[in-house]
Amino acid sequence: MFTIKEFAQPKTIEEAYNTLVSKRNNAVIGGSAFLRMGSKKIATAVDLSKLGLNYIKDRAEHIEIGASTTFREIETSPLLINHFNGVVSNSVKHIIGIQFRNIVTIGASVFSKYGFSDLITALLALDAEVVLYQAGRMSLNDFLERPYGRDILISVLIKKNQRQASYQHLRNSISDYPIINVAVSRLDNQWNIAVGARPQKAAIAKKASEVLSNSFSLEHLEHYADIAAEELTFGSNERGTAKYRQAMCKVLVKRAIMEVLLCK
Amino acid sequence: MQIEIILNGKKVAMNVKNDEYLADTLRAHGVSSVRKGCDTTCCGLCTIWIEEKPVLSCAALSIRANGKSITTMEGLYNEAEEFAQVLVAEGSEQCGFCSPGFIMTVLAMKRELNNPTEEDIVHYLTGNLCRCTGYMGQLRAIKKYLGVMQHEPCR
Ligand SMILES: Cc1cc2nc3c(=O)[nH]c(=O)nc-3n(C[C@H](O)[C@H](O)[C@H](O)COP(=O)(O)OP(=O)(O)OC[C@H]3O[C@@H](n4cnc5c(N)ncnc54)[C@H](O)[C@@H]3O)c2cc1C
Repeated sequence: MFTIKEFAQPKTIEEAYNTLVSKRNNAVIGGSAFLRMGSKKIATAVDLSKLGLNYIKDRAEHIEIGASTTFREIETSPLLINHFNGVVSNSVKHIIGIQFRNIVTIGASVFSKYGFSDLITALLALDAEVVLYQAGRMSLNDFLERPYGRDILISVLIKKNQRQASYQHLRNSISDYPIINVAVSRLDNQWNIAVGARPQKAAIAKKASEVLSNSFSLEHLEHYADIAAEELTFGSNERGTAKYRQAMCKVLVKRAIMEVLLCK
Repeated sequence: MQIEIILNGKKVAMNVKNDEYLADTLRAHGVSSVRKGCDTTCCGLCTIWIEEKPVLSCAALSIRANGKSITTMEGLYNEAEEFAQVLVAEGSEQCGFCSPGFIMTVLAMKRELNNPTEEDIVHYLTGNLCRCTGYMGQLRAIKKYLGVMQHEPCR
């Protein structure tokens, strides 16, 4: 069981960050659902709940989601349901149950770069950006490729446009961790294929996305799915072997492309 | 640290540790409807409401509940009993261990969803595990209780 010696509820992000970095074993607290599963000995827990980061805002160019926004708020947000074929909301709605999703936060989930994440895969396909207190604003893709560091994720930005998307996932049973997940999006003729739970963290299938964007043809769906499954690496764990994941990746990529094609 | 919560409508002061979760705090305070099933955030048995929203009390830090309104089954006695009668009539109460969390979720759903379909009901309840019933009796009971018999029959 993890332990917390001191509990801080800073009123500004600056104060939160300074407290976080003042000691090696200080840690930010999001919903605290994942932390409780571990055995971290936290000196000072930095609770973000007084920073006003619980929001989903309809900005001129972006949808901005504050770090403390819960998965249930994401799932039920009319703004997110009505954009991008509801892909962001769809990606979180099979995670455990409503009582769990009323607790866990987007900031913790994205910052932690969990390999099994459903949400990261969907955000990656949408070309989302993250805003970090120290490192600033960057694409989610760049953030995922950076080494792990100490910072505070403040918000996630998704550009508002006509992007259409689909989220597909495979689980042994509903509410279990995903065995593999895929999100595909299209903006005009630009396609993005993201694959997560490989079980490594989500990544863009760059080659497949490029081929699909340059020369789309319905007859070649199988081919695009094959490229995606070939260019990414897959691993094995108790939920599935690398081979199984690779085979299922093809199926989900194909399904996702087909669903995007049906979007109006 | 001392926190003050509104527990089932009454102001209560409690001493909590920084890493204590509400499931433990409430039980220590004699709230026996709050039970821990899995203690890994998966089973829904410890469901309570914070500010009217259903949450897992095994994953909600007590210290953060300071100043908030907490509802447990003890605070919804009449409503819970009314639904429990329907559960019994459908033969779906079984061992009863998971019932408090399950009832808390059903009563939250009643407030949140307007005329839910069977699919909505199943989705809302995926976080509540039950090892006895196979869920069909529970689903019948919920549909009866919410008056949603007009939707497709249970299979
Ligand atoms: C049993 C279980 C099953 C799960 N199943 C799934 C699943 O199927 N699919 C899925 O996608 N996810 C799943 N998750 C993960 C879950 O959805 C959340 O991503 C996870 O719980 C983290 O959210 P939290 O708010 O509880 O984070 P916390 O436990 O509070 O924090 C987790 C980590 O993030 C850090 N942190 C928190 N907020 C910030 C911030 N703003 N900036 C920087 N660092 C921060 C903390 O210091 C900590 O290291 C599961 C989790 C559990 C416990």
